[in-house]
Amino acid sequence: MRKGTKFALLLGALSLVVATAALAGSSRSQAKDTFVVGAEGDPVLLDPSLVSDGTSLRVTYQIFEGLVRNKPGTLKIEPALATGWKASKNGLVWTFPLRKGVTFTDGTPFNSAAVCANFTRWWYRPTQLQGDDISYYWNTVFGGYAKPAPGGNGPDKSLYRGCKTKGQYKVELILSRRSTSFLGALALANFGIASPTALKKYQADAGTVGSDGQFRPSGTFATTHPIGTGPYMLQSWKIGDKLVLVRNPKYWGTKARTKTVIVRPISDTTARVQALQTGEIDFANNLTPQDAAVVKGNKNLKLQYRPAFNVGYVGMNQKIGPLSKFKVRQAVAYGLDRKSVVGAFYGGQGQLADQFLPPLVEGYARKGIPQYTYNPTKAKQLLQEAGEKLPVTLEFWYPTDRPRGYMPDPPRNFQAFTASLEKSGFKIVPHPGQWRGGYVSGVNGGQAQLFLFGWTGDFGDPANFLNVHFGQFNSQFGFNNAKLFSLLTRADQETDVEKRTLLYQQASVMVMQLLPMVPYVHSTVPVGLRKNITGYRMSPVELEKFDSVVVG
Amino acid sequence: MLRFVVRRLLLLVPILLGLSILIFVWVRALPGTPADALLGERATPADVAEFKQRYGLNDPIYTQYWAYLKTTLSGELGTSVASHRPVTTEIKERFPATIELAVAAMIFALGFGLPLGFIAAKKYRTPVDHGSLFLSLIGISIPVFFLAIMLKYVFAVRLGWLPTVGRQDVLIDADHPTNFYVLDGIVTGNFAASWDAIQHLILPAIALGSIPLAIISRVTRASVLDVQSEDYVRTARAKGLPPSQVDRRHVFRNALLPVSTIIGLSFGILLSGAVLTETVFAIPGMGSWMKEAIFNHDYPVLQSGIMFLALVFVIVNLIVDITYAFIDPRIRVS
Repeated sequence: MRKGTKFALLLGALSLVVATAALAGSSRSQAKDTFVVGAEGDPVLLDPSLVSDGTSLRVTYQIFEGLVRNKPGTLKIEPALATGWKASKNGLVWTFPLRKGVTFTDGTPFNSAAVCANFTRWWYRPTQLQGDDISYYWNTVFGGYAKPAPGGNGPDKSLYRGCKTKGQYKVELILSRRSTSFLGALALANFGIASPTALKKYQADAGTVGSDGQFRPSGTFATTHPIGTGPYMLQSWKIGDKLVLVRNPKYWGTKARTKTVIVRPISDTTARVQALQTGEIDFANNLTPQDAAVVKGNKNLKLQYRPAFNVGYVGMNQKIGPLSKFKVRQAVAYGLDRKSVVGAFYGGQGQLADQFLPPLVEGYARKGIPQYTYNPTKAKQLLQEAGEKLPVTLEFWYPTDRPRGYMPDPPRNFQAFTASLEKSGFKIVPHPGQWRGGYVSGVNGGQAQLFLFGWTGDFGDPANFLNVHFGQFNSQFGFNNAKLFSLLTRADQETDVEKRTLLYQQASVMVMQLLPMVPYVHSTVPVGLRKNITGYRMSPVELEKFDSVVVG
Repeated sequence: MLRFVVRRLLLLVPILLGLSILIFVWVRALPGTPADALLGERATPADVAEFKQRYGLNDPIYTQYWAYLKTTLSGELGTSVASHRPVTTEIKERFPATIELAVAAMIFALGFGLPLGFIAAKKYRTPVDHGSLFLSLIGISIPVFFLAIMLKYVFAVRLGWLPTVGRQDVLIDADHPTNFYVLDGIVTGNFAASWDAIQHLILPAIALGSIPLAIISRVTRASVLDVQSEDYVRTARAKGLPPSQVDRRHVFRNALLPVSTIIGLSFGILLSGAVLTETVFAIPGMGSWMKEAIFNHDYPVLQSGIMFLALVFVIVNLIVDITYAFIDPRIRVS
């Protein structure tokens, strides 16, 4: 045989292998009764009290349940493992009657002792686990520990005081001061109740602190034995490959419609959408406007939108230069062409914001908010009234990477705002930065004069928006206003729902009168689904249970 | 021979030490800190300060380096800041994925590169030769990630022939004793899983193998042309051996010598290309891990991971050198 022919044959054979593989691949079948979720990455751990990232919490939310939860698809609080709640007159003692006949998936009973065991575990958290990178939500909501790490917050700073069992099916949570946002916070996935027997058996808190200062759990609770009461339980988890959840056959409520849920880590956004197109996954979270367009154009796919629960804003630091003057801040507000930016860069998913709270949060003010419609002439006039010489130079910080729901394309927002500000008597000095490369710490540390930033809520309470940002001195805005601080504290302590709403509405208006920042967008976040998936209920706070999902 | 090997092994010590300093400094030169990455927009300046204190990020850099060197030498590679898992565990899971991909890419590169180069040399200065040059140029000049995206778009998304992500279909239940998925399937008798793993490897291997393929075909071509005009080939022909035997025994075998060096060198290309390929195809290997670690400022993963890859690279080259010395005595002597 001639050499050339031989090689041609070899080439042909190799091509044949590729082609056969390809053909075999095309016969890949879609299994019913399995819902495949494309996640941004792997969960960190499956113990909700030790994590704060969305990927981990989405999985643990299927396994664990709290005393209360958000009514699916809304921010309304409804009973879950508790059957109701009642606050004492002074607002310091909250009584929760518990659901009877519930068992953990290890077969042990759920009761008041189990609830208090969980709270006690969080309250006596080992010092090395008290940092914000691990216990962010406990720190945010309760703010202290029975035995704090050196320099940390102790019982005197903590909202939590204790947990008391009142018979087998009733508990009392005792607070150190009045707080109503605490109930909404209890719906967080982080406060899911775990089986005390499993916590002990699989040594949830055991571990060593390495020479690098990090905690390594030596137990298996958070990796292979997370035991809760939820509609699903963990079957297996291989990091980088897949995590498999199966239906809890003894679930106390309506049993999960789909038997198996597989969570598959795909960190690249484009790869995630392509896997959705090929049917390798059924669900892709948090799409960009570009990806949403791809999904929209595909007849096998559909889009669903998470209600807007965020705010994008242009922050102003009053400690730096002319921004200390109210009129200059007003000039910035008039000089930002917010409507054009929201119209151009949000793919129809953005809603023009005139206040910090998104419309679906209680306390959103329907009237009385000062409006700042784009008006360059007025902006210049205000600058002159403030005694400034035009143009006023401002350093404008913006992130170059890490698009977020409220800011899908930060550099373009920056360019458009710069153009409109420069028409309004300002001279902009650009200051680009990497989101995780010093941008966030610079802004939070009070180094940025004018900056693009935003916030996505953790739980459905106005305190999580307003009190977090404007309830005390915040170096981001270099802003101090005792009157607003006390108004927000009063609002958080008010147990009467109507009065509380009214106080938060007042606070919303007041924030816009003081103008520490100019909000410009609340955006809905699209997710992509295969057409045959039904029953996926969107939650503003991303707490979505998969138990109602049906694979058609 | 032994002296040669020992000398080369001893040379590894300063190389690795120098590398460790370089990597250590380079990782810290990245803008931002792990605190920024992990605490996100919710971090107050106090949180950041506390975090830095806890992880010793405020210590002088030489103190940090010394601490790092001590723990590394004691065999502890640290814990990933992002995943809280020991780096060694992650390497055990991820390294096989990368090796499997690299081997598949190399098989593709050799399977197509050798014949292509050989045919081009045989058809010297004909359209076939020019065509092969053209193909190699394309192979070298198309960025790996672009080729990966295009291949994926055409063969997976549009035509639906091959999978787009991962190493294994999620609906397949398979055990992975070695973490080399193709091998695992064979070992456990689950051939469907093996076959599925091969399908997942095809597109990434083509994307990743494109550059080595181009280099191998060019080197083979040049080498065959060289060898063809050697005296011993002419003698063989003059003896009246059939042309196919001359090609096989005298030309091809001798022409393979320089190609074997290229294989060692290509390993570096494969490792760097793996970062992009693994990201595009969502393969949980060393490459996608390094990318994530850069985004997360995961110092322990970056330091130990890059060090590990560098070590592997150095060792592979050492093996190539030794093999070469074995084949060609002139190298041992010099």
